[in-house]
Amino acid sequence: MSDDLTRLSAAELAEKIHVREVSAVEAAQAHLDRIAAVDGDVHAFLHVGAEAALASATLVDESLAAGTAPASALAGVPLALKDVLTTTDMPTTVGSKILEGWRPPYDATVTSKLRAAGITILGKTNMDEFAMGSSTEYSAYGPTRNPWDLDRIPGGSGGGSAAALAAFEAPLAIGTDTGGSIRQPAAMTGTVGVKPTYGGVSRYGLVACASSLDQAGPCARTVLDAALLHEIIGGHDPMDSTSIDAPVPAVVEAARLGAKGDLSGVRVGVVRELTGEGYQAGVQENFDAALRELEKLGAEVVEVSAPHFQYGLAAYYLILPSEVSSNLARFDAMRYGLRVDKGASAEEVMAATREAGFGPEVKRRIILGTYALSSGYYDAYYGQAQKVRTLIGRDFAAAFAQADVLVSPTAPTTAFPIGDKVDDPLAMYLNDLATIPTNLAGTAAMSVPSGVAAEDGLPTGLQIMAPALGEAVMYRVGAAYEAARDAADGSPFASRTPEVKP
Amino acid sequence: MSPESPSSGGAITRDEVAHLARLARLAVTDDELGVFAGQLDVILGAVARVGEVAAEDIPPTSHSVPLENVFRPDELRPSLTQEQALSGAPAAEDGRFRVPQILGEEQ
Repeated sequence: MSDDLTRLSAAELAEKIHVREVSAVEAAQAHLDRIAAVDGDVHAFLHVGAEAALASATLVDESLAAGTAPASALAGVPLALKDVLTTTDMPTTVGSKILEGWRPPYDATVTSKLRAAGITILGKTNMDEFAMGSSTEYSAYGPTRNPWDLDRIPGGSGGGSAAALAAFEAPLAIGTDTGGSIRQPAAMTGTVGVKPTYGGVSRYGLVACASSLDQAGPCARTVLDAALLHEIIGGHDPMDSTSIDAPVPAVVEAARLGAKGDLSGVRVGVVRELTGEGYQAGVQENFDAALRELEKLGAEVVEVSAPHFQYGLAAYYLILPSEVSSNLARFDAMRYGLRVDKGASAEEVMAATREAGFGPEVKRRIILGTYALSSGYYDAYYGQAQKVRTLIGRDFAAAFAQADVLVSPTAPTTAFPIGDKVDDPLAMYLNDLATIPTNLAGTAAMSVPSGVAAEDGLPTGLQIMAPALGEAVMYRVGAAYEAARDAADGSPFASRTPEVKP
Repeated sequence: MSPESPSSGGAITRDEVAHLARLARLAVTDDELGVFAGQLDVILGAVARVGEVAAEDIPPTSHSVPLENVFRPDELRPSLTQEQALSGAPAAEDGRFRVPQILGEEQ
């Protein structure tokens, strides 16, 4: 249905709203109707703020009617916000029982920027509890289902944001990526997800998982839409001391340049350690086909080696739990969140509350982190992992001396059935094999759909990695590849998403 | 791996998990102790691979973007009101957080 507002890209919808062919209220209502129709099956949202969404859209329409220029390139376009960013007008649960119903007294900087840009926030999306997981099955509020196959996971931790895009419940979403939580769900759902350079988007109001790794970023169905959103949420924030005080890379211009389809002079490095064994046949085939496409666009494809990437997973699962065990100490049943009145002392109440409020994966990681930071184990585990982190950063530096961007499959497999790995933590962790090195190095990366796997018809993702603040070339390559892929297919990838059928 | 199996006694034992859970203020159940000990044993076996890397002279990285001395002007600015700060509290009284007794009976 071509006149269905939910099928448009964010850029197309924004244009219609800004020339007043469609109102922002109509756009919001169309997406709220879509959510009402399919979210019972998909469960992408934990909270839908229909009233606030329509009120925000009304303001955009009134402002446009008064002849005022749109507040941003995306003013009036609806968006799904991951439930890890604080919102004063909606609960913020982080997918956890410990924060059930919590109304934060302040907005995250990302939230404030979205509001200032006139973007319509539809609601808050489901996620693995405290962003720990790769399938959204660790949400305390039940799993999100993949719109491509409702019996399968949508990836995680940002499965709700990715599924909302694939189910046409929103054309834009915000995710956060600590070890792949934007990129892996993008690959699983056939959408676009970008992890910006660490410090590129403010973490103020982002409920912390692992502070040295967490980064919020844009999610969309097209590379240009992600770029438009990236420029709105990015930039320096004095409220986050790790925020980079530098201009946001010109990613919209880069995406438009890339869409023209010329990559001559661009060197694309294939990371030898992130292909081959362990990657599903259809994932590898689509990756190889993407490389041929990039060559046809004029890029020079070279092979690079990153010998320490094979230790990335191990280093990550020491560094992350260590930071988690420290960060989550704040949930003490005293100042906000759940309190279970069991026991006489504050300490007993605290232990009973944390036991009742945290799910199994969060407990596992807190215990693992407590272990890795214990005296006697600190040097062998946490200390050694930090040294490996240095070596991975050096591998990236050496690789970026040979290539402008690096590429790999985003995830080793396509979406797996719900329940398959939920009791096998290590098998779950392996999902993030290819995405983790980027977080450890603080560099940028994105996932762009690379077709569907021949054996199961499920989407796969092409990961494009760039140096810190090197997002422009990454978007250029992503947009060029996307345009070539769409031209070969005869239609945009999103149009291949099957209709949601329970 | 079978989550039901008792700890292999390798990297981490059931007693150690109980100790760590106490340190982390998690009142875990007996069942959880068994499951977590088995799972953490497997996970620790995998993450111990970092030890294979010869990294004696390598400096550690705690943060990928090294920033030092990030200052802001020392100026008054609006912050949460008392009411906002207490808005999520499980219990409050007289404008303060109301908490259970800090010391246990035996102390």
